[in-house]
Amino acid sequence: MSESLELHLAGEESALDNPVLPYLRQDRIPHIWCPGCGIGTSVNCFCRALTDSALDLDKLAIVSGIGCTGRTAGYLNLDSFHTTHGRAIPFATGLKLANPELNVVVYSGDGDLFAIGGNHFFHAARRNMDLLVICVNNFTYGMTGGQVAPTTPVGPTQTTMPLGNFENPFNLPFIADACGATYVARWTVYHVRQLAKAMKEGLLKKGFRFIEVMAPCPTLYSRRNRLGDGVDQVKYYKENSVIKNGIDTKDIGLGYQGEIVVGKFVDRERPTWLEAMDDHFSAVLGDRYTPYGPMREGE
Amino acid sequence: MSADPKGVLTGTHFLDGDHAACEGALAAGCRFVAGYPITPSTEIVERFAARIPLVGGVFIQMEDELAASIAIQGAVWGGKKVLNVTSGPGLSLMMEHLGYAAMTETPSVWIDVQRGGPSTGLPTLPAQADMMQIKWGSHGDYEIIALSPNSPQECFDLTIRAFNLAEEYRCPVFVMMDEVVGHMTERVVIPPADQIEITERKWTKKKPGEFRLYGTTETDLVPEMVKAGDGYRVHVTGLTHDDRGYPSMTVPTQARLVPRLLDKIRTNASKLVDVRMDGCEGADVIVVSFGITSRVASAAIDSARAQGLKVGHLRLVICWPFPAALIQQLTATAKAFVVPELNMGQMVQEVRQAVNGTAKVVSVPHPGGTVHDPGTILDAIVEAAR
Amino acid sequence: MAKTEIRVGGLGGQGVILNASILGKAASIFEGKHATLIQAFGPEARGSACSAQVTISDEAIGYPYVKHPDVLVLMSQDAYRQFAPTLKPGGLLLYEEELVALDNQLPKDARALGIPATRFAEELGRRLVLNILMVGFFTGVTDVVSYEAVEKAVKDSVPKGTEDLNLRALKRGYDYGREQVQSAASKPAASKKK
Repeated sequence: MSESLELHLAGEESALDNPVLPYLRQDRIPHIWCPGCGIGTSVNCFCRALTDSALDLDKLAIVSGIGCTGRTAGYLNLDSFHTTHGRAIPFATGLKLANPELNVVVYSGDGDLFAIGGNHFFHAARRNMDLLVICVNNFTYGMTGGQVAPTTPVGPTQTTMPLGNFENPFNLPFIADACGATYVARWTVYHVRQLAKAMKEGLLKKGFRFIEVMAPCPTLYSRRNRLGDGVDQVKYYKENSVIKNGIDTKDIGLGYQGEIVVGKFVDRERPTWLEAMDDHFSAVLGDRYTPYGPMREGE
Repeated sequence: MSADPKGVLTGTHFLDGDHAACEGALAAGCRFVAGYPITPSTEIVERFAARIPLVGGVFIQMEDELAASIAIQGAVWGGKKVLNVTSGPGLSLMMEHLGYAAMTETPSVWIDVQRGGPSTGLPTLPAQADMMQIKWGSHGDYEIIALSPNSPQECFDLTIRAFNLAEEYRCPVFVMMDEVVGHMTERVVIPPADQIEITERKWTKKKPGEFRLYGTTETDLVPEMVKAGDGYRVHVTGLTHDDRGYPSMTVPTQARLVPRLLDKIRTNASKLVDVRMDGCEGADVIVVSFGITSRVASAAIDSARAQGLKVGHLRLVICWPFPAALIQQLTATAKAFVVPELNMGQMVQEVRQAVNGTAKVVSVPHPGGTVHDPGTILDAIVEAAR
Repeated sequence: MAKTEIRVGGLGGQGVILNASILGKAASIFEGKHATLIQAFGPEARGSACSAQVTISDEAIGYPYVKHPDVLVLMSQDAYRQFAPTLKPGGLLLYEEELVALDNQLPKDARALGIPATRFAEELGRRLVLNILMVGFFTGVTDVVSYEAVEKAVKDSVPKGTEDLNLRALKRGYDYGREQVQSAASKPAASKKK
């Protein structure tokens, strides 16, 4: 019996009192994720964060794009939206602005959020749209079979980089920071406690919040590049991660199997888009302004 | 129910079609627009941006048309009535989200102020060449409704109608304007709010647990709706889904879902016929037109009648679904149909199909950039009458 | 006149569209007639050619374009060059006489009346009111829309705080127009001396 199968069975035995279960659409299980995939671990951490944040789950919505991580919305027992490829952020923008009472979380992958959806990420962060964006970065396109991603480090082989990737990857926290995010953190799926805590902080903070989650894709990334399976990747995360809270994000780009800088890099206050709109129209229009909905807590 | 007076600019105005369409949207209860500027539709979002702080709602200019056309759908699931505004190149970018709106049954109004194409084409000049794109441009099978105003007054009236139809059928409803109608200024009478009938969203009365997101019956193919935040914990996906909204990528699910998306429009096609007929009874030749071309055609028809020809005029107010059965009936007396349009022959295909060889069908194409010379349409009528 | 087709031509920035819009608004909102305004949209920036077409009618207007106007209102030589040949036989040309010089392009039996509107505008203190002077001139010379309706349309169309100036410009143009009509009536066929 393989190691991963044993883990799976152990999970089943304790299913009855698994604290994650109430957060899942149990009629949608089993999920599509491969053994050793890191997305499920990130979802576990997210469920923990939901418990710890004590938010009203009826007022929490989750929006995903397309891809393996994009399926997250379909498994969580929340108002959940599985949108088009790359467009989770603009969908979430409309959802949030239409009903400001909602706490809206975007949960998607690196290809979805930063290749096809890159432009939307930049602008939502620039506007300080009140969204928590969780990006599970597995360095590849999983659902389509392991093509090069905007996060793939220089070196590893991908089906569309058969001789090894020669393109420079994005440094995601640096982008989020530069575009104006109010909260920027990176953790790996090895760091389950820190990740759940970051997700809780993210859920409770306002503005455009970004968490990068490094996660293994054993099927299409690590095994193909002779890096072993999921457990081997998590070991690599454990051995090579360095916590550097508050470090300048420009210095934390990820190389191929190199050092991984994790931590909370940015935590700042900026008025959200709706707050800015409300303040501006109130100042310019005075009594002629018809205030829009409950834009601020307590209102 | 009647319109919320807050959004209704009651009075007599001298407005262009773009501005009138915006007022129609506000009167219909639209309180969210995510826009992206593109000539010749930009005035619609400019006016919305200026008016909405006074009315109470949100305008946001997005980073592109992809974002605009999906942000509005997020806002629908947040509970708002929404408007999507664009023209040619923008419409091409929005095609995937047209499919998403059709598949997820997200009620939304799409205004396309048509300009000359293909590609960047003629940004400031008219065409009616997107008629097939809205019907067939997104992949897969789907149905839409499309209205075609020919004056600023109708831009106001039909935009309200479009909002009501979107709620009734839960599908994308298009207002197919063109550059001339968009930029033409005429008197627009906006009635008092209590004289404007508004169709409310088909909110469910069922409780969470009893409610199925895409639950329909044999007699009502349009599901009831809820919004995020009300405790229903919905799941919405563009994947083929079952009546819970859950992905179910199987042949039987596809075979239930896709025909229903088509049938909810097709089985109501007779209810959705809206044409203006002028002298069609006993006419030898019937001119079939829509939008601005209907006004140009009327000049040609007047001239033809002055020559003693028996010419009728059938103007499509609702273009999609196409009133094929009605056209078929008219072949009992009419021996020819003349179809002028600002494209190289799009809706004429529908006329041909409806007529099915029982009468002559004459296309009067135009590549766009201006309207037809009425003389060209007159020549076609004279030729068809022979 | 049951139906009057008008083209206003000039340069971007002169207020060509506003001029046409005031005429259309006066007719359709304040006199209950039908009016259709079509403006030429193009990549034109300020200072380049600009024109608008207005049809005013007692009955609903079908075909919205003006091909051969009954009345041309022109404020630039370029507009004259482009539109003078399109004037309907027997039509009327109203022009700013410092900005437009007539030549033989005008249809033979057309009437032409000029106004030194730029000079009048300067006397009123703002060159910008040139277009309103032309509106006044049009109203004084033709019977298409009443002065009262045009006055209301001007008030409804110009920026807040500029109403007085614009109404003075309107009146100046109107009075000059009336004078021209009366002097033309007393001296038949003397209006085309330029």
